[in-house]
Amino acid sequence: MKETGPTAVGRRNMLLGAGALGSGLLLSACTSNSDGDADKANVKATTAASGSTPGKHVTIGFSAPAADHGWTAAITKNAKAQAGQYSDVSFQAAEGTNDVNAQISAVQTLIDKKVDVLVILPFDGKALTAIATQAMNAGIPVVNLDRVFDNSLAYRTWIGGDNYGMGVNAAAYIIKTLKAKGVSKPVIGEIAGIDNLELTKQRSLGFKEALAKAGYSVSIRQAAAFTADSGQQVMSNVLQARSKLDAVWNHDDDQGIGVEAAIKQAGRSEFFMVGGAGSKHAMQEIKADSGVLKATVVYPSSMSASAITLARLIGQSKGMGDLVEQEVPSSITLFSATVTKDNVDTYLPTSFT
Amino acid sequence: MSDQTTPRPAQDAPEPPARTGSGADVATKPSLVKEGPDPGPQPAPERRRLPRLFPLHQVHSLGLLVVLVLLGVVGTASSGNFLTSNNIVNILTSAAVIGVITVGQTFVIIGGGIDLSVGAIVAVASVWCTTVATQSYGLGGMLFTAVVVGAVVGLLNGVLIAYGKIVAFITTLAMMASARGVAERLSDRQSQVVTVESFNRIATDKFLGIPLLVYLMAGIVVLGWLLLNRTTFGRRTFAVGGNPEAARLAGIAVRRHTMLLYLLSGVCCGIAAVMLTARTTSGASNLGNLYELDSIAAVIIGGTLLAGGRGSLFGSILGVLVFTTITNIFVLNNLTTDIQEIAKGLIILVAVLLQRTRGARSPA
Repeated sequence: MKETGPTAVGRRNMLLGAGALGSGLLLSACTSNSDGDADKANVKATTAASGSTPGKHVTIGFSAPAADHGWTAAITKNAKAQAGQYSDVSFQAAEGTNDVNAQISAVQTLIDKKVDVLVILPFDGKALTAIATQAMNAGIPVVNLDRVFDNSLAYRTWIGGDNYGMGVNAAAYIIKTLKAKGVSKPVIGEIAGIDNLELTKQRSLGFKEALAKAGYSVSIRQAAAFTADSGQQVMSNVLQARSKLDAVWNHDDDQGIGVEAAIKQAGRSEFFMVGGAGSKHAMQEIKADSGVLKATVVYPSSMSASAITLARLIGQSKGMGDLVEQEVPSSITLFSATVTKDNVDTYLPTSFT
Repeated sequence: MSDQTTPRPAQDAPEPPARTGSGADVATKPSLVKEGPDPGPQPAPERRRLPRLFPLHQVHSLGLLVVLVLLGVVGTASSGNFLTSNNIVNILTSAAVIGVITVGQTFVIIGGGIDLSVGAIVAVASVWCTTVATQSYGLGGMLFTAVVVGAVVGLLNGVLIAYGKIVAFITTLAMMASARGVAERLSDRQSQVVTVESFNRIATDKFLGIPLLVYLMAGIVVLGWLLLNRTTFGRRTFAVGGNPEAARLAGIAVRRHTMLLYLLSGVCCGIAAVMLTARTTSGASNLGNLYELDSIAAVIIGGTLLAGGRGSLFGSILGVLVFTTITNIFVLNNLTTDIQEIAKGLIILVAVLLQRTRGARSPA
């Protein structure tokens, strides 16, 4: 599992990936990273002149949900690794928790410590809005990561993924592939994540609406629970429900391990599958091109590293390198790139394990 | 005799010679109080010893069979894919993992306890077998490790409950949290994909068109049934769960027996972890999530008293099959999971209500 620092190719690809994020954070004096692992790739030092030169010292407080899933684990790792890249940043991370009450206390503690900037990925955006507002009122700018607060007064800048866009891009790949194959009335399956999460609703909505524009619809949609276990169980039943499928979108690559297992165990291969989130395992499967998984739509876990970069720039009152703006923008929505065999090498370095 | 506390027909069979290996070496002399302080004045109560024409729990199992058949009718009517051999095999395979866990849970609950840590034991056993470098030892190493880890955690539960005198609910609740924590720690919260092909074949290999997993479950259910209904160990389990005081007076080493029940549950979880890891081709700390509730629900609708002392392994397995079939029918018809949860909840409620009415009628 241990890897050494990024290769030249890896670094270039990583930068390409970051370019797709649409932010001007990049370009690199990115030297090396002894830390190994997935985080290595997500490390971007900031640009040339203004950004990367050491400036005023900034203490960044960080709070995120418990790292109980590949993606959330990568979020915390990437943030920490990115902070380690800056000589002028100290990083204070609160223990991750899925208990809203505990996260409020954690943020309160960071406020009391008088950190300069806060980066918060709230377990529940609504529930954490009050404490974030309190931080802003205390003069601590809040960078809201991914799950959005209820009120824009609660944060200085929001950066996060595009769940609706994930659905749209998954649908776009499916539509393109089906059209190329000349399938007229496709049977499309969808293995969603946890149904009562807003992000799941957004993903499904984007998928549904984009398919509808091509005159397609989802023939069977079942929710799993973001685990390999649940993915396997749900998919084994879905395969019984539809004796022939043309395409499947599975929202999450972690549960995808189980979904793929179910497909292999049932001996089915008449359809192709698109994954979600962008795990290393999924990308390796896509690269090997030996199973049904042909693509995955990324939900970048590198966003936490970008959030740290933004927090530092805000703390130092700088703008973003390649943008003309004097200030960091108030909102940055990341792009859910579609990873296929053709471009997988570009994205593999930013995948999470 | 100790058997008098067990309301089962098996009680009139003479106590067979020791042959269960695990618990059979316990002294059986009725007068010999082997352990613990003086249990108190009252002698073994005999109020449960009443002749019974037809054991009620078998009636209950019959009822569950009817439910299963009705579900079959609903499934067939609602989806043309239900009554295909592929789908039946799929239902049985889906039931395999939770079925094996439920065998252990049934023993524990009949013995008067409860095991809330089964899901977490599955997680820690799976992670241990895939992450802690045991994949490099291949199939044998992985099998061995998973089962041993399950056994060790189960034994720890048993020792804490039987000798540490901590309530089973609390002990296993604590184990549920800490074992999953250990699993997260070991795996670094990453799903570890299994690369040992011979291991994954546990879930893919078939014999006569039926996956090995189904045979494995069937074998463990039969072994469990024999152990529960045809051995001293089984009768002691009923005795300990029905009235531990009386069982102790009857010479059963209650504490040791209790410990063995949790060990048995742990071993079942270890085996289930092997099956689940092969099925999902991965070990992860979130495997087996909520399996404790699923297995307890199956045991209860199977007609086993949550208070212990009475129950049926056959009923538990029917319970597992009922839940698995419901899930299957819901997916076949592309219905959402929320209604499915409501249906499951209603079934549990009705089953417990039935138990209560029977309880009121029965002399116990």
